Amino acid sequence: MEIETQETYDIMAVCLLAGKIMLQSGAETYRVEDTMMRIAASFGAYQSHPYVTPTGILFSVEGSEPTKTKLIRIVERTTDLEKVAQVNGISRKISAGEFTIEEAYKELKRISETGSPYSLWIHVLAAAISSGCFLIMFQGTWGDFIPAFITGGLGFLSLLYFHQLVPIKFFSEFSASLLIGLQALFFVSTGIGDELDKIIIGSVMPLVPGLLITNAVRDLMAGHLISGLAKGADAFLTAFAIGAGIAVIFSLT
Amino acid sequence: MTIIEQLITSFIASAAFVMIFNGPKRTLFHCGLVGMIGWILYFLLEANGVDMVLATVIASFSIAIASQYFAKKYKTPVIIYSVAGIIPLVPGGISYNAMRNFVQNDYNLAINLAAKAFMISGSIAIGLVFSEVINQIIRKSKLKTIVNKTK
Repeated sequence: MEIETQETYDIMAVCLLAGKIMLQSGAETYRVEDTMMRIAASFGAYQSHPYVTPTGILFSVEGSEPTKTKLIRIVERTTDLEKVAQVNGISRKISAGEFTIEEAYKELKRISETGSPYSLWIHVLAAAISSGCFLIMFQGTWGDFIPAFITGGLGFLSLLYFHQLVPIKFFSEFSASLLIGLQALFFVSTGIGDELDKIIIGSVMPLVPGLLITNAVRDLMAGHLISGLAKGADAFLTAFAIGAGIAVIFSLT
Repeated sequence: MTIIEQLITSFIASAAFVMIFNGPKRTLFHCGLVGMIGWILYFLLEANGVDMVLATVIASFSIAIASQYFAKKYKTPVIIYSVAGIIPLVPGGISYNAMRNFVQNDYNLAINLAAKAFMISGSIAIGLVFSEVINQIIRKSKLKTIVNKTK
């Protein structure tokens, strides 16, 4: 199939938007590349080469005309699995021929502009509940459930708040874990909580970079060495920030 | 009693974690299920004296298989389910103790614990990779049977 120059650029725009949403929402590198290639192929651009790293996407499409290449930069990365699933669904529909280029672009634009499916308070509540549950899973007593619940919830809330205040991940994670430690210390010293260790471990769990670790491993195994190492470094930094925040508490006790 | 307690808390914890990551609402129940399967396997194996590293490998392997099953069935990215399952296995407690000993200048014990945490993280990875390999093999053998049938 012959494709026109303008059409090639349109295809690239759709692919890049899809790739950008997925990468920013925390998809694995190979999934981003695969999705971009599939979309391009189903619109008739059979020769495409995406190069995806956590901080940018290079995409080039070959055709009868000279090869076209575009680069987009990814600055902000969050975790939004709903968007990953939605873009995945759109890519399936495009492969099935249900969308034209224009429709696909509009649909992707709509996804990129929608916010999180859960409100802030549901996030905080989820963090609080999971903290309490992790406490029980790590052999804590039910008496410590409420302290862990409060500490975990407030810790997660402070993570979001600090991140808004200063967009440096290390700082917000460090401050959040410091705050968690202080709260746990407060609960234990007032006699409401019993085991300091268990409360801290449970409450820190919502900050743990679980998605980054799994993604880093999957990327490394799929041969995306640069992305894998970068995500691993990111996960290590987060773990270090949490550890450093808690370490301050130890030096207090 | 402990087992029921662990089952319920691990289910809720995994599902809540997926909510933090903005997971799609219709997957929450299955995510909780995957987390529960992984954790209870790990918990029972560990309670019966199996080495922590081996228990983690087995648990993460079964998590990956369950995730791939759900991902295929509901046509959603596999990562949503595997993240939910992996979270409880992350060696939070050991890393915490390692950090504590580092700060308290007991470097011998700290390095000991840190190495253990590293081993466990590695075994989570190994479990995930093994199931990926098996998945690929199954896919290939299915392809072959399809090709043979069409011939």
